[in-house]
Amino acid sequence: MNARQATRLRLCGMVRKESLQILRDPSSIAVAFVLPVVLLFLFGYGVSLDARDIPLGIVIEQADAATQSLAGSFEHSKYFIPRYYRRIQEAETALERRDIEGIVWLRNNFTRRLFTGDEAPIAVRLNGVDSNQANLTQGYIQGVWQGWLTRYARARGKPLGNPVELEYRVWFNQAVTSRLFLVPGLIAIIMTLIGSMLTAMVIAREWERGTMEAVMVTPLRTRELLAGKLIPYFVLGMGGMLFTVALAVWQFDVPLRGSFWVLALSGAVFMLVSLAVGLLISIVSKNQFVAGQIAIVVTFLPAFILSGFIFDIGSMPAPIQVLTHVVPARYFVTILQTLFLAGDVWPILWRNIAALFVLLFIFGALVRKKTHMRLD
Amino acid sequence: MHWTHTLQNILALAVKEFLALLRDKRSRIVLIGPPIAQLLVFGYAATFDLDNVPVAVYNEDGGGAGRELISRLIGSPHFELVAELDRDADIAPLIDRREALLVLHLGQRFSADLEQGRSAAVQAILDGRNSNTALIAVNYLRGIVMEYNRDRAGRTGIGKPPAVLEVGAWYNENLRSRWFIVPGIVGLLTLVVTLIVTALSVAREREQGTFDQLLVTPLRPVEILIGKAVPGIVIGVLEASFIILLAAFWFDVPLRGSIGALYLGLFLFLLSAVGIGLMISAICVTQQQAVLGAFLFLVPAVILSGFATPIANMPEAVQYLTYVDPLRYFLVVVRGVFLEGDGYALLQHQYWPMAIIGLVSLAIAGWLFRQRMY
Repeated sequence: MNARQATRLRLCGMVRKESLQILRDPSSIAVAFVLPVVLLFLFGYGVSLDARDIPLGIVIEQADAATQSLAGSFEHSKYFIPRYYRRIQEAETALERRDIEGIVWLRNNFTRRLFTGDEAPIAVRLNGVDSNQANLTQGYIQGVWQGWLTRYARARGKPLGNPVELEYRVWFNQAVTSRLFLVPGLIAIIMTLIGSMLTAMVIAREWERGTMEAVMVTPLRTRELLAGKLIPYFVLGMGGMLFTVALAVWQFDVPLRGSFWVLALSGAVFMLVSLAVGLLISIVSKNQFVAGQIAIVVTFLPAFILSGFIFDIGSMPAPIQVLTHVVPARYFVTILQTLFLAGDVWPILWRNIAALFVLLFIFGALVRKKTHMRLD
Repeated sequence: MHWTHTLQNILALAVKEFLALLRDKRSRIVLIGPPIAQLLVFGYAATFDLDNVPVAVYNEDGGGAGRELISRLIGSPHFELVAELDRDADIAPLIDRREALLVLHLGQRFSADLEQGRSAAVQAILDGRNSNTALIAVNYLRGIVMEYNRDRAGRTGIGKPPAVLEVGAWYNENLRSRWFIVPGIVGLLTLVVTLIVTALSVAREREQGTFDQLLVTPLRPVEILIGKAVPGIVIGVLEASFIILLAAFWFDVPLRGSIGALYLGLFLFLLSAVGIGLMISAICVTQQQAVLGAFLFLVPAVILSGFATPIANMPEAVQYLTYVDPLRYFLVVVRGVFLEGDGYALLQHQYWPMAIIGLVSLAIAGWLFRQRMY
């Protein structure tokens, strides 16, 4: 048996042992299979940032043709479900009780001022607690108001009042559906879960139990040991990615406008970075409990909050923006959103893939240094 | 058995639990490290408000009216000019490469149309890769255009709209994202800490084999249950109070409502969190499993709670699922007291579901303890 065959044999044995270890441990199954499916279900069908059917109180103090037509505009909007009140006090009570999200108040002099061209006021009160939704609601109300003004002017044969008309187009996602960016971003989260969290905890357990040292005294070389340990997680992570991509495209109707092979390549690099981080955490903590905690705080949460998955990085305070540069998910989320929605935009792709390679190099070097020290 | 005896038993167990928790270095880490890291990260990074959105301007017009609109755009703290274009073909690469989130295009006749009293169109092109960010940017832009229109109509007397919107927001007058997120963190972190502390408590004893010993002491299962629940509740109250203080004094979120109503909600919330934690703990055999079990509950509980994405936007079937999530109710309480100035009456429909979840989960946990006795 020559050296190469021996290496292959040892590696195969190691991979087999690791794979069995994952499959036999219920907690690994939970992290590797259950949690990704739950996340996909929640993000694919559940959460959405797109408001619809907003309960809106409309106070009409004096009903007539003008107020009816304005109320009808809200009725026809897909964003609102109007509820009518005769007096503002009733509507305010409903707003306090969270029965409605906002009030549109037409006072009894509305129609008179409308006819005299006296800028008839439409008072709008919003529940501002959820500021993001309040902002969107305000935008939808403005849209309804603009549409009504246009129709009103046209019906009276007058030119439209507004000096400047804003027209906007949202590229890559014309219908402005939040699912189209939430589902691709989720791939980064799921791969982080498998690559960093699961790996950190399972390998930390070996340090804790001392089986890592036991394996080290076998003829296995360090490189073979690490490769054998990581290959099963790599396969698992890539499998998770393929599964998510398939669901995204076929189940959730997210377009994949870029090249699949670029996606697979960048996914593989991201997976390697995640594994290096997971390995590093396990070596530093050497204890599964601490490893789990560290993994949640330094990998899982940043992948959610600091990656641009939901929150815009450019709007964060400067020190936190600097911090996001060491979050691997930041680069991968950018790649994912670009590949899925925009296509192969090479200036973005190569820069972010290069950044992932740099992180891989740094974390890889750290892992090598740390494992080396253990062996001495 | 006399009730003072019961009280003594519970007290003794609770004291022992506290000591076990505080003497263990790992548990101390869980109590202090992650919550502070998360508070800072969430408090500062998790915001839907946009600052310095990179914009590019393609101005074919060159007239004074167009320049005024553009200077208003650049003058806004939300936007930052990154490029001025002079060709239509330059728009796509800029958006594709994410160098600009928004490109504003003024046609050749913009100022001329306005001067002649006609309506002039302005086009905005947005990067929709994160559609929520794009929508927020459109709203900022729309605000600027509306203000411009109003000022212009006021100056020239032409184009006054027959009806105007006067928008005002209650409770969060300037629509600050932080005022929404930071009170939510009170609920989020309290749940995380309490759940992990209680989930570990029984699992630790199982792992070390001391749970069997505990069961053969004169303590009844109910007493064990209460003794195990008390430390979780006490630690939860302390942790929550610490974060409430930080929210009010460090992040300057107004605390307008009744403190009593907030703490009643907190107590009921902790009751349900402790109940669920003990349930997880009773099922698990090792601490590792307990932490993972808590994590498996936490992730969906946070996502479904309305912490970042509104429950009203979820499909109906998923909305039913949120009814068993205690965080859902507590977030309403904590935001209601902080921002809306609520008292007991307005929050009553949040209190009783948490109480039910707490009692049911504690009962199941107690039953699970007994099952393990034999």
